[in-house]
Amino acid sequence: MTYLPSDNNPSPRGHRLARALLLGTGLALLAGCSAAASSARPADAPPPPAAPAAAVPEPFASTYAPRPSADTAIVGASILTGTGTRIDNGTVLMAAGKIVAVGADIAVPAGARVIDGRGKWVTPGIIDAHSHLGVFAAPGVQGHADGNENIDPYTAHVWAEHSIWPQDPVFTKARAGGVTSLLILPGSANLFGGRGVSVKNVPAVTVQQMKFPGAPYTLKMACGENPKGRYGSRGRAPATRMGEVAGFRRAWIDAAEYGRKVDAYEKKRARGEAGEAPKRDLGLETLAGVLKGDILVQNHCYRADEMAVMLDVGHEFGYKTRAFHHAVEAYKIADLLAKEDVCVATWATRWGFKMEAYDAIEENAAILTKAGVCVAIHSDEQRLVQRLNVESAVALAAGRRAGIDIPQEEAIKWITLNPAKMMGVADRTGSLEPGKMADVVLWSKNPFSVYAIAEKVFIDGALILDTSDPATRYRSDFEIGQPVGEE
Amino acid sequence: MQRRLPVFAALALALAAAAPTAAAQTFAITNAHIVTPGPVGEVENGTVIVRDGRIAAAGSGVAVPTGMRTIDARGAMVTPGLIAVNTALGLLEVSSVDGSVDNKTHNSGISASFDVQYGLNPASTLIPIARLGGVTHAVVMPDYDDSEKERELPFAGKAALISLGEGANILHRPGVGMMLELGEDGAARVGGSRAAEFVQLRQIFDLARQAPRDEYPFELSQADIAALKPVLAGTMPLIVVVHRAADIQQVLKLARDYRLKIILSGAEEAWRVADEIAAARVPVLINPTSNIPSNFDMLGASLQNASILKAAGVEIAIGGNDAGHRVREMRYNAGLAVSRGLPYAAGIEALTLAPARIFGVADQMGSIAAGKAADIVIWDGDPLEPLTQPTAIFIAGKEQPMTSRATELGKRYMR
Repeated sequence: MTYLPSDNNPSPRGHRLARALLLGTGLALLAGCSAAASSARPADAPPPPAAPAAAVPEPFASTYAPRPSADTAIVGASILTGTGTRIDNGTVLMAAGKIVAVGADIAVPAGARVIDGRGKWVTPGIIDAHSHLGVFAAPGVQGHADGNENIDPYTAHVWAEHSIWPQDPVFTKARAGGVTSLLILPGSANLFGGRGVSVKNVPAVTVQQMKFPGAPYTLKMACGENPKGRYGSRGRAPATRMGEVAGFRRAWIDAAEYGRKVDAYEKKRARGEAGEAPKRDLGLETLAGVLKGDILVQNHCYRADEMAVMLDVGHEFGYKTRAFHHAVEAYKIADLLAKEDVCVATWATRWGFKMEAYDAIEENAAILTKAGVCVAIHSDEQRLVQRLNVESAVALAAGRRAGIDIPQEEAIKWITLNPAKMMGVADRTGSLEPGKMADVVLWSKNPFSVYAIAEKVFIDGALILDTSDPATRYRSDFEIGQPVGEE
Repeated sequence: MQRRLPVFAALALALAAAAPTAAAQTFAITNAHIVTPGPVGEVENGTVIVRDGRIAAAGSGVAVPTGMRTIDARGAMVTPGLIAVNTALGLLEVSSVDGSVDNKTHNSGISASFDVQYGLNPASTLIPIARLGGVTHAVVMPDYDDSEKERELPFAGKAALISLGEGANILHRPGVGMMLELGEDGAARVGGSRAAEFVQLRQIFDLARQAPRDEYPFELSQADIAALKPVLAGTMPLIVVVHRAADIQQVLKLARDYRLKIILSGAEEAWRVADEIAAARVPVLINPTSNIPSNFDMLGASLQNASILKAAGVEIAIGGNDAGHRVREMRYNAGLAVSRGLPYAAGIEALTLAPARIFGVADQMGSIAAGKAADIVIWDGDPLEPLTQPTAIFIAGKEQPMTSRATELGKRYMR
């Protein structure tokens, strides 16, 4: 059995194109102002060569700051590291918000807080690669329906982070299930639903305070019943699956042209030549970012035949799909997905709610894992996000029933390292390895047990939830003064 | 509790070889770790004797009659079959395909008289899939079709109890309850306010008690009024879907005033009025995982609901995660409730004997006890754990196939 190596993005990838364009327009404005003020330089003179991109702040930049943390050692626990290893009676050492050491013979430095993990289990923080928390917030009233800009099938220009309500009480409930990071995506009504954003699951007032620092952007795409059902019923395209694929192809043609214009302008600028910056187009900017490889494609797609078509769309236009989401028929094309190095984010239990979900089987994750595909168990819903560990156990058991015995130390990757890979943050979180963010869960029992409770949840080394300490029981503003119950 | 048993391939062969006669439903299960509500309780090394599809004896020290076919459980856990509540099994194939969904109607002329027993499809692929979760019976309940916005629709109709056993006739008992949804969604159907809703309900019950008329208000037909007669007589329980604590209190008062036998369903905030529910001896059908403040009716939704209700003395039955496709998850939901303080035995009971009692069939099913139907599941571990699978399932003593459309699909694509 082979397993895909963990993702090792060399550096946080920003959206270079957006930055370049911002830089261009920003300098143009600046040039205009300075020309009016002092005429230091002719207004038609070429702008100076681009400054280092980092000099220009990214829009909506993360202001996430790790909470204060104490150097901590969890000792004596069974550890599923997320790298395919299980360590019994092991120690996890965290310092300054990072994992420092993981192993059976780790010396605990003087002064470190020691947590007795005997009889308990430690995993990396749980990661949900498909969430709508905050964009379809609870209560699920119309005033909170912010996940689908469903008036047009092409909405690559919208960003999920502009819809996220940090007071969604379900963030807290997810934390109680050990969830430390999530990929928040727009819904699936549109062919291009918009940009998704990775967040750290911390209490926050602004979305910027949650944004996973340096995480790449993602683009939500959707094939199948949702877009054609939404728009066909309104007498407009796409009304069929072939209409959807045609819509994707047209959009990529536009995106490629836009990218060429921007590149041509950038080259001129770099040479110090005059030129007018192309007007920014937010949607095409996102699609062009995909073609450059800066923005990761997260493609909602159920059926095997459709995934195969979408892979070919990617080949035609030179983009790579990072993950197919839901992908309940992925087991029918496991070898193709392995060959194409595409991840799959799926469930074990959900099926039959529409035609394209009729062939979903509990064994999907196990079959794909055996074939070498990187698999995540995702939630896409508010209750399931609280027990991705139980959902993974269902997938494990189904595999065993079918004769595929995935070891637990591999299966834990379904909700840790593999979703991190899909989000492009596997170099920073998703496993217990020195240097990574200390996103850690201490479970009362084996996490594949329905009885397991996430007793302690660390995010960047900070003990953000401790079931033995009521002071860590966070309530969102919405819940204040309400008759809320226990988690 | 995590032992896995390869023994059942042989078992399946042995039983498959037998002809489908009553003799096939006569056998003994030995070396069974029996876990059942009722007098038999937990028996580490017990025996179950099944004769002609019924349990003849169960417990420790039960002798196997000479020559009786014997299944050696090798210490595996043996429980009663699970009884699902709040389902649409047999009435539903693909949720988004209207033509395959029969648990609701937008016909304005049919409300309380809607009767699920006529829409059952024994060939539904959902049935074997639920059965592979150890579910042997299900309460099938009507729902509301709100596509006809102007329709005033207080009642959804009559529920039935079905068997998930292979065969042409899955109907076990029709008319096991009358469905009524209150709260936010119920109020929306009668004008938008629960203050109107309870007034209208009382008016309908008063009318139904009187002599028949030619016409009734609220789009109720004579058949609808007739269907309410057993509810008012207290012989058919009124299953009330309700969430908010204050609404639950109103329902309890309504039940007192009209002497109705009621069952609460949903009841996310029931824990806040647990003592009142217990005092009224009203059972509750819950999904313990329903802890999202999805609307303003359930801001208090909590994972502790099951354990608090049980501690107060309320009878609870635990259901699955939807009405059909995810019924099989009911056992994990009980496990979750146990992780939040529900005693283990109460978790098992909430899946078996409790629903049997609530729907009036505890004399026939819900526990491993002499005289009851042999609805039995053998598991390779603790049934509340997702890592556990059933290894053999019997309904009225008949061994069920361990396959479904889903397992067949998986097999086709596995190499």
